[in-house]
Amino acid sequence: MNNAWKIVIGVVIGFVAVFGFPFYYNLGKANVAPKLKYDTPAILEYEKEHGKKECVEPKEFMAKEHMQLLNTWRDEVVRYGQRIYVNSRGESFHISLQNTCLNCHSNKKEFCDKCHNYLAVNPYCFSCHIVPKEKQS
Amino acid sequence: MKILIPFFAVIALVVIALVGAQASHALFGIWIPYAAVLIFVFGFIFKVLKWGRSPVPFRIPTTAGQMKSFAPWIKQNKLDNPSSSLGVLGRMLLEVLAFRSLFRNTKTQLYPGTKLTYGSEKFLWLGGLAFHWSFLIIFVRHFRFFMQDVPYPIQIVEHLDSFLQIGAPLLYITDVVLLGAVTFLFLRRVMMPQIKYISLPADYFPLLLIFGIGATGVLMRYFAKVPVVSVKELVMGLLTFSPVIPQGISSLFYAHLFLVSTLLAYFPLSKLMHMGGVFLSPTRNMANNNREVRHINPWNYPVHVHTYEEYEDDFREKMKKAGLPVEKE
Amino acid sequence: MATKVTTPKPDQLVTSIDFTPPKTGWMDTPTIIKPGTFCWGAKGKNLATVEFPNARDWNPSDQDWKLPENWQEIFLKGMEDLLGKYRSFKVFMDICVRCGACADKCHFFIGSGDPKNMPVGRAELLRSVYRKYFTASGKMLGKVAGARELTVDVLKELWYYAYQCTECRRCSLYCPYGIDTAEITIMCREMLNLLGLNTDWISGPVANCYMKGNHLGLEPHAIMNSIEGMIDDIETVTGVRVNPSFNRKGAEILFVTPSGDLFADPGTFTCMGYLALFHELGLDYTWSTYASEGGNFGFFTSNEMAKRLNSKIYAEAKRLGVKYIIGGECGHMWRVLHQYMDTWNGPADFLEVPVSPITGTRFDTAKVLKMIHITEFTADLIKHGKLKLDPSRNDDLVVTYHDSCNTSRGMGLLDEPRYVIKSVCNNFYEMPENTIREQTFCCGSGTGLNASENMELRMRGGFPRANAVKHVKEKHGVNMLANICAIDRATLSASMDYWVPGVRVTGVHEMVANALIMKGEKERETNLRGEPLPGKEGN
Ligand code: SF4
Ligand code: SF4
Repeated sequence: MNNAWKIVIGVVIGFVAVFGFPFYYNLGKANVAPKLKYDTPAILEYEKEHGKKECVEPKEFMAKEHMQLLNTWRDEVVRYGQRIYVNSRGESFHISLQNTCLNCHSNKKEFCDKCHNYLAVNPYCFSCHIVPKEKQS
Repeated sequence: MKILIPFFAVIALVVIALVGAQASHALFGIWIPYAAVLIFVFGFIFKVLKWGRSPVPFRIPTTAGQMKSFAPWIKQNKLDNPSSSLGVLGRMLLEVLAFRSLFRNTKTQLYPGTKLTYGSEKFLWLGGLAFHWSFLIIFVRHFRFFMQDVPYPIQIVEHLDSFLQIGAPLLYITDVVLLGAVTFLFLRRVMMPQIKYISLPADYFPLLLIFGIGATGVLMRYFAKVPVVSVKELVMGLLTFSPVIPQGISSLFYAHLFLVSTLLAYFPLSKLMHMGGVFLSPTRNMANNNREVRHINPWNYPVHVHTYEEYEDDFREKMKKAGLPVEKE
Repeated sequence: MATKVTTPKPDQLVTSIDFTPPKTGWMDTPTIIKPGTFCWGAKGKNLATVEFPNARDWNPSDQDWKLPENWQEIFLKGMEDLLGKYRSFKVFMDICVRCGACADKCHFFIGSGDPKNMPVGRAELLRSVYRKYFTASGKMLGKVAGARELTVDVLKELWYYAYQCTECRRCSLYCPYGIDTAEITIMCREMLNLLGLNTDWISGPVANCYMKGNHLGLEPHAIMNSIEGMIDDIETVTGVRVNPSFNRKGAEILFVTPSGDLFADPGTFTCMGYLALFHELGLDYTWSTYASEGGNFGFFTSNEMAKRLNSKIYAEAKRLGVKYIIGGECGHMWRVLHQYMDTWNGPADFLEVPVSPITGTRFDTAKVLKMIHITEFTADLIKHGKLKLDPSRNDDLVVTYHDSCNTSRGMGLLDEPRYVIKSVCNNFYEMPENTIREQTFCCGSGTGLNASENMELRMRGGFPRANAVKHVKEKHGVNMLANICAIDRATLSASMDYWVPGVRVTGVHEMVANALIMKGEKERETNLRGEPLPGKEGN
């Protein structure tokens, strides 16, 4: 009988411990979404030249689909030797993570890692590619 | 009918969310989720306490193997017929984590003539296990949306789940397994005549609902992507009690959230409470030590018995004649 | 009432098993109370003897069940009461997911194909009523939520199927949450008893047991007569005259066994087995005519009734001043003793922890209950070499062993009887593994369903067990089905005659006594049944 109550209490405590976890774990922590920095020397230079900052594709697209784009790029180069990417505006780009993407976004810590850390994503780009030296203005 | 009602109910829920979220992000992104969590947590606790209010008057484990014998030379089956708390813990763990009882499942078949066989039938066990474990892993994986800095163990779970490194974003094994298992459980219900016969709308509804949750989740991850940073911002807003509605989150996400909210709110009212109930089942959570340790029934009360004295009064002469000793001459 | 009910032939019965469920849903399929599948209604006088409500004669096949005006209220009130008393009941009403794992585990479903005989189906019959009156969703959504009104027809259906469950717990073994349909049936029967809806075959023995101490209603001198007959038979077979005592104060041990062993073959041979064994040991024990029933048909009516009947065992042990109790071979008796007796009528602190006077073994696993199973006692004797045995005397037997539902799933007494059997006979074969030990099949007639008017039901329920026996009969030539249950001895005999003619039924201690070489015995020519021993056929 007494034992019977023990189990009930145990179940309730276990339940609260598991499902309340996200609430009390975050207790007192502020909700700060990452702010990305687009101020590397290369980006600033591009802005000077073109009068605006833009990526190979529109920003919204890049935010959601960059992983897929990079994946396609990798396949194009590695499997088919295709090194030119023509974007939705009709411009051509040399397909290269290190020389194209990271040329502008030479601030991995302030750019890639920001969101990836926030969302605990561990892309395996840099298990092959070399992390470039951080450049920032 | 039994399938159509829940089917249209789930469709309706999706439509409500898709349309409704356009009208009010705050309702579908903040208030409904809050209400659902409240119902879930308090409903669950309420239900468990309600069960708890009824005592366990007798110790009635279903014993599933050799008991602890008086004789040391007879080997006890300590997990299937435990006699100690430790053994019960083992039995419960096996039950909850590995579905021990379902593992025993057999399928009865009657062949022409009078031949009956009981073949081993592990599909229900496998399907059930696949479903529950992938659900759990997916839930745990979602903690990357629930915590400001994601602890390492959760990252490991996520990492392992995607270790096949298929596509980008990486394919989660559990996504496939969950949808597959739900489909299996659904088809099983529809195709096996006996199971279909006893199924209620309340059996199809959760399956369809969970399928909907899985499907919207998969869509968001692989096909119609949503800005995850904003999604996390919204979720974290809820969890830190400072709700925000970031811009640019599509209705698909709200549909996902709404279905999850529905599941949470529905949970305590339904058979899904087997999650809590399995721990309270007296046939599983008690030790078979009845003859060794006294069990008290809190409502045990004196009953009217036919005493020996009354018995002797009824039969004294006959007893004496038969040479039986009597108390009163 | 006494219309003659015919039972179909075995092949007719098998071909009539159809696992395809009806086209209409179960709530819309009316239940027909079919002759051959139910027991006669209780007699008013028997219900009155034990102060049960609504005591009257009634007949289940009549339209009018003579229910009290407010029967629905009584039933639901009873349900509420039981929900408050038993967590098992409440939890089992709430958490079934209708996965169907239990569905084809029930011998009554296997033998009938009736989906309402699937454990989950049986439980849903009551669960639907629970939903209607005790859950918000059922109250609001009705049928969509699987809820239904408690009408007279529903009540009849509940009765019909509560008496097609032998509370064997096989379903509970396979259920992922341990939902025990036996427990649900127990609750259902208790509620039905509030309306006087009992059967003659149960209420008769209950009334007998209450007034006279045993189900059969044997009065003190009749018990002694019966045992004297056995004493004569033992003497004829062995040349040894055993000398038991009755109601003797100061004996060391009280022996309690089901009264079935006193009355009909082959139970009586088992009883002779006990007598011969105890005599050979010189055991200081006594029988009781007051506590002359180990079984407990009260358990098939209500918890209170079961407790009332059970109380006699401890009361008598106390009155006689014995040290502890040995219990005979019986199934449900041991479920009740093991899982209920001490909680009901304990603590038995006037008794001592059982110690075998022959071997000195202390039975610590029974240190609270102070009651041991006879196969525990005998297994210990054999292990210590205290019995002179000649198993070859049982060489004409090819034996298999039926585990009783209750001792296997409500206790776990599996290897003790096996050890005894293997020590006293040379030819032993197990039935297929999915049909023995904890997975054992019911004889098909437990929980007071062993009447004769429901023979068809019994044979259907007995089909899976019999089929496994048939398997070992064909494979190994098995001709004897051993068991440790008085009800089995009666019901399996009928089921073997029907399904597997040529296989007979025996209690374990009959075989023990046949193999037992007693001090001063003459050269045995026959076994306890009076049949020639192997090698002595010519004499
Ligand atoms: S096995 Fe248990 S949960 Fe499944 S249908 Fe049967 S009683 Fe319900
Ligand atoms: S307890 Fe036995 S008879 Fe009753 S439903 Fe379960 S399996 Fe069938």
